[in-house]
Amino acid sequence: MALVLTEEQQLLRDTATQFFQERLPIANLRKLRDTKDATGFDRAIWKEMSDLGFAGIMISEKYGGTDFGPVGLGLVLEQAGRTLAASPLVSTVLLCGSAVQLAGNATQRQDILSAIAAGDRIMALALEEGPHHNPTHIATRAEADGNAFKITGKKTFVLDGHVADQLIVAARTSGNENDRAGITLFLVDPKSEGVKITRTLMVDSRNAADISFDNVSVPATAVLGSVDGGIDVLEQVLDIARIGISAEMLGLVQEVFDTTLAYLKERKQFGKVIGSFQALQHRMATQFAEIELCRSVVLDALSALEARRNDVPLIASLAKARLSDTATVMTNEGLQMHGGMGMTDQFDVGLFMKRARVATASFGDGNFHRDRYASLEGY
Amino acid sequence: MEALEKFRQETRAWLEENCPPSMRTPMTSEDETVWGGRNAKYANPEAKLWLDRMAERGWTAPTWPAAYGGGGLTKEENQVLQQEMRRIKARPPLSSFGIWMLGPALLEFANEEQKKEHLPKIVRGEIRWCQGYSEPGAGSDLAGLQTKCEDKGDHYLVNGQKIWTSYADKADWIFCLVRTDPTKKHDGISFLLFDMATPGVEARPISMISGASPFCETFFTDVKVPKGNLVGELNKGWTIAKRLLQHEREMISGMGLGGAGSGAGLGGLEQAAKDYYGEQNGRVASPSLRDHITRQKMDGKAFALTMQRSAEEAKAGQGPGAASSIFKYYGTELNKRRFELLLEIMGTKGLGWEGEGFTGDEITVIRSWLRSKGNSIEGGTSEVQLNVVSKRVLGLPD
Ligand SMILES: Cc1cc2nc3c(=O)[nH]c(=O)nc-3n(C[C@H](O)[C@H](O)[C@H](O)COP(=O)(O)OP(=O)(O)OC[C@H]3O[C@@H](n4cnc5c(N)ncnc54)[C@H](O)[C@@H]3O)c2cc1C
Ligand SMILES: Cc1cc2nc3c(=O)[nH]c(=O)nc-3n(C[C@H](O)[C@H](O)[C@H](O)COP(=O)(O)OP(=O)(O)OC[C@H]3O[C@@H](n4cnc5c(N)ncnc54)[C@H](O)[C@@H]3O)c2cc1C
Repeated sequence: MALVLTEEQQLLRDTATQFFQERLPIANLRKLRDTKDATGFDRAIWKEMSDLGFAGIMISEKYGGTDFGPVGLGLVLEQAGRTLAASPLVSTVLLCGSAVQLAGNATQRQDILSAIAAGDRIMALALEEGPHHNPTHIATRAEADGNAFKITGKKTFVLDGHVADQLIVAARTSGNENDRAGITLFLVDPKSEGVKITRTLMVDSRNAADISFDNVSVPATAVLGSVDGGIDVLEQVLDIARIGISAEMLGLVQEVFDTTLAYLKERKQFGKVIGSFQALQHRMATQFAEIELCRSVVLDALSALEARRNDVPLIASLAKARLSDTATVMTNEGLQMHGGMGMTDQFDVGLFMKRARVATASFGDGNFHRDRYASLEGY
Repeated sequence: MEALEKFRQETRAWLEENCPPSMRTPMTSEDETVWGGRNAKYANPEAKLWLDRMAERGWTAPTWPAAYGGGGLTKEENQVLQQEMRRIKARPPLSSFGIWMLGPALLEFANEEQKKEHLPKIVRGEIRWCQGYSEPGAGSDLAGLQTKCEDKGDHYLVNGQKIWTSYADKADWIFCLVRTDPTKKHDGISFLLFDMATPGVEARPISMISGASPFCETFFTDVKVPKGNLVGELNKGWTIAKRLLQHEREMISGMGLGGAGSGAGLGGLEQAAKDYYGEQNGRVASPSLRDHITRQKMDGKAFALTMQRSAEEAKAGQGPGAASSIFKYYGTELNKRRFELLLEIMGTKGLGWEGEGFTGDEITVIRSWLRSKGNSIEGGTSEVQLNVVSKRVLGLPD
């Protein structure tokens, strides 16, 4: 159990803090949004992040990564959450990098992991098919066709799907729509014939896409892991993503809390600062308590990943549920306490609220994870 | 590390040998709690045996210096002792305001003579203490207390009234806040110890909603107290009082993690729900109840992790972090919520008062549900805790 950071980790956090504040402040997200940027993040800055080792943080040195581990990645994500930094960390590093690390063969690892670590490849996981996270509900089919597979189906909410250089597609090779078995992961070139990608503009101004596959032919070498055995990999990958996004949301709620607290000390009404009103003080103190609990949970989840503890699924669900719920409440409280200012586009709190909603829906919200937690605990 | 492992082996062996069998079973009612004191009665002789054996080693107060009868254990050794006790489900040998609250304050503020006089008797459970803080006019605003203490040359003379004094009718001694300077508020309070058998002391029990009468109105009429019973300096008692409150709050915070009367006898929330509500395909039959249970368990786990993080930070020399300021508030609110949920789970079986038709465990839960309401009041209310967080931690102004 390590709920306290090592010196090396504190150093990494300081580097990340400085980087995001200087290179990816909230102004960066506003610019991307207002210019309707086609990529949705800044590729040059992503390259800088790779040079700092952020892209290869979970990748071993053998492939050019920095191998700082999950706690390191969590610290970077937390800082990214504070400035709403748009980057392919979730799609490329958390999801696809982890999938290749866990299930890739030697060739796939060599090719993909080194490209990710170098910041040269953007990847996206095409998983969801409905409006709610449901990793076993997969109707997209991959039919064996000689030495190849033909993929047909529709995917939605594919993070960074419209800019990805390579996709990982979860498709069904056997069984029925809700079976756990029978899911296979495929590496797919988005330029393949039959792939149609539509960018969906989301409320958080980040990237997602709907992708349809119409008889898309992929060779057998494109299978990532084992045929029909994709769910085991997926679940591990998703837990990494859930914990990572929880770390991002920790930064997000902390930032909203800090800015709101500062506002309460500065805004005057009735001849005094509004932070002197107990009606607001107690709500802030309550949120302070909730966020302290969030921090413990996220740290424990990250160290569970690092130590490969067998309660990772449980603590991942705990973290994702708690952070999702707290983010909803804290962004609402933050907005309310800014009064009319909170409703303006000019103030940042609205941007945090929008990102919180999308992060909450990513890979299971509180409802999904409480249900999962109960099932894992056997009740 | 090696020394600690050796300590564990020895402790385990000693506990195996010395903890009587009946002291390894969960308590079935609060009446079985061992409080010690001059008038202690032991329905179960093994309870007394267990107390004496533990006290002999100073393990009723494991980290206090051996010179005052304590166990002289390091934090790490004490952790091992607690783990080993939990391993065999050993009951606490002694519950005591002396150990939880007064002792740590005496260790910090009392003179040598006072420590030598009082601490060993606390360790051995010979003297039972009560806490004379609250008054009818001074609850949350404790420093507004008015119990008068006059210097009469060779003794002090105390006149006034305390209220909500837990177990004042059963305690042997009281640690009491008194006003020694009426012209100042915080700087006119002193910390006094005296024997409850002194003439002029009267304790009248007050019935509580749970049916028990643990707390009292306590009256002082011309109570003569020797001058040597003043702890610290005259008019400087507030500092001691506040430090003692910290210890009290830490103790109460632990309730959030579940303890005696937590419904443990029912096998935990999910088992209770399966038993009382029923199950479908291995799930609690009511999806809504199942969700509530999960929220409760998740918050409990998150709270336990936060207490653990705070302890780790302290160990790493990062001081008691800001997180610790929320423990009393969060732990007690969590505990209250758990009892509300248990009652929902138990349905009409959670509505009995006494007698037939209900098991002992069920009655314990019902009484504990009511008693738990006091957790967010005693030792400083939830609102007062939130005020402290707002002002001290968040720096919000008045
Ligand atoms: C969508 C929208 C439309 C509007 N339309 C109009 C309009 O047409 N015409 C018009 O004149 N105005 C309009 N308003 C302004 C609106 O009336 C004010 O925003 C509102 O009165 C709050 O004032 P404020 O924004 O200055 O917030 P503040 O007064 O600064 O309040 C900030 C926070 O402090 C809290 N607070 C303040 N005082 C206390 C206290 N004593 N105790 C506890 N908490 C306190 C508030 O509840 C709030 O959470 C509009 C506002 C919005 C959001
Ligand atoms: C079970 C139990 C055991 C106890 N045992 C002992 C004991 O052994 N010895 C002892 O000395 N005392 C004991 N107490 C007393 C306890 O410390 C007091 O009850 C407590 O400090 C609250 O004081 P009060 O009851 O006067 O409530 P009040 O102070 O009158 O408070 C009433 C309500 O007003 C709220 N309130 C008060 N001030 C503020 C504020 N500034 N801002 C916001 N809200 C506020 C409170 O939170 C509360 O909800 C015990 C109490 C209980 C319930």
